[in-house]
Amino acid sequence: MTAPRDKLGRPVVVVTGMGIMTSLGAGKADNWAKLVAGESGIRTITRFPVDGLKTTMAGTVDFVSVDPFSSTGLSERMAELVTEEALEQAGIGNKADFPGPLFLAVAPVEVEWPQRRELGRAVGAPDFTYDDLLRISGGGKYSAYHHRFMFGSVAAHLAETFGTKGSPISLSTACASGATSIQLGVEAIRRGETNATLCVATDGTVNPEALVRFSLLSALSTQNDPPQAASRPFSKNRDGFVMAEGAGALVLESYEAATARGAKILGVIAGCGELTDSFHRTRSSPDGKPIIGCMNKTLADAGMTPDQIDHINAHGTATPENDKMEFNTTSAVFGDLAQKIPVTSNKSMVGHTISAAGAVEAIFSLLTLEHQRIPPTINYETPDPTILFNVVGNKARDARVTAVMSNSFGFGGQNASLILTREPA
Amino acid sequence: MTDTASKPGQTEVWITGIGLATSLGEGLDANWAALQEKRINVDEKGFAPFIVHPLLPVSFDSQIPKKGDQRQMEAWQRIGVYAAGLALDSAGIKGNKDILSKIDMVVAAGGGERDLNVDTGVLNAEAKGANAPGFLNERLMSDLRPTLFLAQLSNLLAGNIAIVNGLGGTSRTFMGEEVAGADALRIALSRIASGESDIALVGGSHNGERKDLLVLYEFGDFNLKDKFAPVWARKDHAGFALGSAGAFLVLESKAHAEARGARPYAKLSSVVTDLARRKQSGDMEATLEKLWDKLPKRDGKGAIISGASGAEPATSEERDFLKKHADFPVRATGTMFGHTMETQFPLGIALAALSISRGALFPPNDSTGTEIEMQGAPTQIVVVGAGHWRGEGMALVEAID
Repeated sequence: MTAPRDKLGRPVVVVTGMGIMTSLGAGKADNWAKLVAGESGIRTITRFPVDGLKTTMAGTVDFVSVDPFSSTGLSERMAELVTEEALEQAGIGNKADFPGPLFLAVAPVEVEWPQRRELGRAVGAPDFTYDDLLRISGGGKYSAYHHRFMFGSVAAHLAETFGTKGSPISLSTACASGATSIQLGVEAIRRGETNATLCVATDGTVNPEALVRFSLLSALSTQNDPPQAASRPFSKNRDGFVMAEGAGALVLESYEAATARGAKILGVIAGCGELTDSFHRTRSSPDGKPIIGCMNKTLADAGMTPDQIDHINAHGTATPENDKMEFNTTSAVFGDLAQKIPVTSNKSMVGHTISAAGAVEAIFSLLTLEHQRIPPTINYETPDPTILFNVVGNKARDARVTAVMSNSFGFGGQNASLILTREPA
Repeated sequence: MTDTASKPGQTEVWITGIGLATSLGEGLDANWAALQEKRINVDEKGFAPFIVHPLLPVSFDSQIPKKGDQRQMEAWQRIGVYAAGLALDSAGIKGNKDILSKIDMVVAAGGGERDLNVDTGVLNAEAKGANAPGFLNERLMSDLRPTLFLAQLSNLLAGNIAIVNGLGGTSRTFMGEEVAGADALRIALSRIASGESDIALVGGSHNGERKDLLVLYEFGDFNLKDKFAPVWARKDHAGFALGSAGAFLVLESKAHAEARGARPYAKLSSVVTDLARRKQSGDMEATLEKLWDKLPKRDGKGAIISGASGAEPATSEERDFLKKHADFPVRATGTMFGHTMETQFPLGIALAALSISRGALFPPNDSTGTEIEMQGAPTQIVVVGAGHWRGEGMALVEAID
């Protein structure tokens, strides 16, 4: 291994622990095995009735129990479990004493329907108004709901459980949130504020209203039957993304600190980039300039050129617009290489884990580097002839992979990319 | 603990733009005048028995020219986009494509208002026996406005600011109630101080005139009811009065500001934040004391601007902390502006910078003697922001030598 500083003189940031959970299962081993086997975690929703919904499938995490159930509660529990896995692997700090800050990507929090319904039932009178709900909300009966539905509640719980230092940051950059949590962690280490950060991203929001919201924006696939075939990145017949749940946790450390304590280095966060698109709330600028700029910034941040990237873990949502835009912008940055570099979308199997996706896919990218094997993009039966990516279709592919670009693009003009490598450049 | 005190070799960070839209008015002059007159704008009837500080109406057209853009936002976003526009104006960079295409944004945000008619409609129908399995799904599919989601998403405040003003740098949205505002400033400051960024737009906005928020805080009995009193006089009648406000700041490296001839209001020297466990009485006070010690040395003419909300036990703990620093004149923004949650800390920074630039702290507005008169011009103002439930932040705003 080489110098503890990168080409720009900043501390090299490495990954020493990872934890993951998706609709495929809990933990790295299970997820990786199923991912390279091309299994889908998408299934018909059983958590709540799907009558009247256009989309009836999702990548839910049903094997984690939370009582009383809430999406925020599930997000919190998944975050806790993946953090435990990451810390166990990293072997850093002491129990409940993590030596650095927490950056948490989490879905926006709000009071949910089960609690709202409880309130409705408690009014106990016909034809009530919102004022009647308000009137019975106080008195301490529902104080647990105040705590549960604070935006900072998940981060506060994790910070207290794992003893992270300082004020934990809860962040949202929509579908780029997971990447942003990593970026914030990288920056804190590069600035020399800390030797270690805990970056966690979680999303457990498959609930009726969330599905309806995305449905009303025509963002979701409606190819419900069979559910496993719904998510079709880069296919001609793709028709939207599939909502999914999951979480990822990464322990980041400065290379110097990690090697000093003899930690096993799982990979390097070589570059991060981010660029805002001010074109539209849900659509990318037609010229793709913000995404192109985002990828270029990330390459520059890593001190790398396009020919050094040998795999792209695409955002690949399977919405008609995203996949086309992603190919066009990647082509603008990578030129002919865009048609040669193997590209895959994990979302074909785990769905779109929204706030968690950036971290979940960064972890899959790091596992790809570790195993030198690229997980497939399943449901790739009818390639879109206008998307000329070298898609790793349907079957995993062994490949020499030294550097992966992982992309995340979100509503609100959020674009973030990461470059992950095996060893410091 | 995490801190961003300027370190040797790091660049100084100036506050070169301030945008305010509050219950007292829009812009710096109107807010300053209201503070001098000790004016308070509360609505005791519209949400009775709850008390809120309503936004003093503004003409959104002046900062959000397209009606289509305004329609895509709910009130909390409109207030924020408006205040952000004022901050860009104040910094003299509105419409400056070179700068706006690279400005970094850190926004502290909650979420948007719900459609109360939809919610009560569903609950009433269910109370009357509508219990078919797909009833909720069908009602939501037919009753929710398709783009309402975008007006509720936390990161769409930043998204709308970018769209309306053509911003093209980075964009990060922090959530987590009061301390999110302090952390937004902390991260923006540390990025500029370390050279990662030259200029940033930082702030938040809050619509306090929302029954869905009153429900949320009523769960914890945090709302002020029946009778208004200054924050420090609420001990036996505790609670916060939600306030509507947008507060944005333009932070800039000294070099960047000087190169374009920008006039600074003040210097943001340090922002520190922490998460007290608050398991026992005194935990939060101890954390505030720790943060106080982490701030750079204060040997100038100092004052404190507090974001205390009136909610207990946080307000009493903060008062105990302040008593130990009784030589610093204190002002509680909660009395005049209400509790604006994520926005309270940026609002405190804005008022600190304004006070320094105008050479006077605004007058006390308190019946308990906690706030005392200050003679002369403050040169160092500590901004304190302790959350009503979790999270503590502190910052030092200083006059530029």
